[in-house]
Amino acid sequence: MTLPRILLPPLLFLLVAPVGFAQVDAFAFDNDGQQQRFRRLSNEFRCPMCQNANLTGSTGGVAEDLRREIHRMILAGNTDTEIEQFMFERYGDFIFYRPRLRPDTVLLWFGPMLFLLLGAWAGWRILRRADNREKQPLAAELDAGEREKLRRLLDNE
Amino acid sequence: MNQSAQKRIFFIPAAAFLLLAVFLWRGLYLDPTELPSVLIDKPMPEFAMTTVENQPVGNADLPEQVFLLNVWGSYCLPCLVEHPTLMRLSEEGEFPVVGVNYKDRRQLALDWLERNGNPFAYSVLDEQGRFGIDLGVYGAPETFLVDGGGVIRYRHVGVLDESVWRDVFAPAIDELRAAGPRP
Repeated sequence: MTLPRILLPPLLFLLVAPVGFAQVDAFAFDNDGQQQRFRRLSNEFRCPMCQNANLTGSTGGVAEDLRREIHRMILAGNTDTEIEQFMFERYGDFIFYRPRLRPDTVLLWFGPMLFLLLGAWAGWRILRRADNREKQPLAAELDAGEREKLRRLLDNE
Repeated sequence: MNQSAQKRIFFIPAAAFLLLAVFLWRGLYLDPTELPSVLIDKPMPEFAMTTVENQPVGNADLPEQVFLLNVWGSYCLPCLVEHPTLMRLSEEGEFPVVGVNYKDRRQLALDWLERNGNPFAYSVLDEQGRFGIDLGVYGAPETFLVDGGGVIRYRHVGVLDESVWRDVFAPAIDELRAAGPRP
């Protein structure tokens, strides 16, 4: 029995594919918890060289070094906070996809919410005014003299 | 609400648009690959390593005057572009240049220095890139300006050619000299 030739390339690809995806898991850990922490941290940190990739997804030299550093620190018993601090002291806010909440990052965190609230407030104002204009009795726009005149007209004086 | 206030409200979107346009215009000319260093005004990280010539080297061996710390590698083409500037600085002797041979091989580094000339007082061998992490380095070439007290004052990412020296480093050094008690 022979395989149809057309199936050969995809089957060969399946043979090598796992090699490419195994890159991140090349580190040995003592337990699954450590491995999960490693995955989480490598996903959280941004590669300083390739800008729009996290450490997991980057093949850059420095990303490789930083993954090795995270692995070393996890095995050495460092906490996640300590590892985050280590990265921050060397690469600053850039290393975090979610920058820390500080006075100078407040606008970054809550700016969009602020704009949303401003928009909602403006929208509410406009709607309310349109609503008022419809409901407002005409008499409300008359001053005292005009109202008196109107009353007299209505009373047929 | 009176008429003029109501009219004025129509200018708010226009004003908001103009403000946004100014920010976006500015953004066109920013270089997002140049990250600010968090090590500015911090002392040089502790290190105890060897040079590419296999001599032990540490913080005590750093020059006690304003110097440049240049991160380079034999694989790094832009390093060749800035090489003549580093050679000139080294020949003039006013500012020592200390090298960090970043993620390279000792023999390749030695060959490179032999072939192109050696502008460095010495080069710290950082094969694993571990010292580079402590410096917040993310790729050669990078150049740090360090003052006589071993405090990092400026970091330049990319090629340090004559125009960068003239426009960025020379003024920064003048400023250091004018401000600090240390030269």
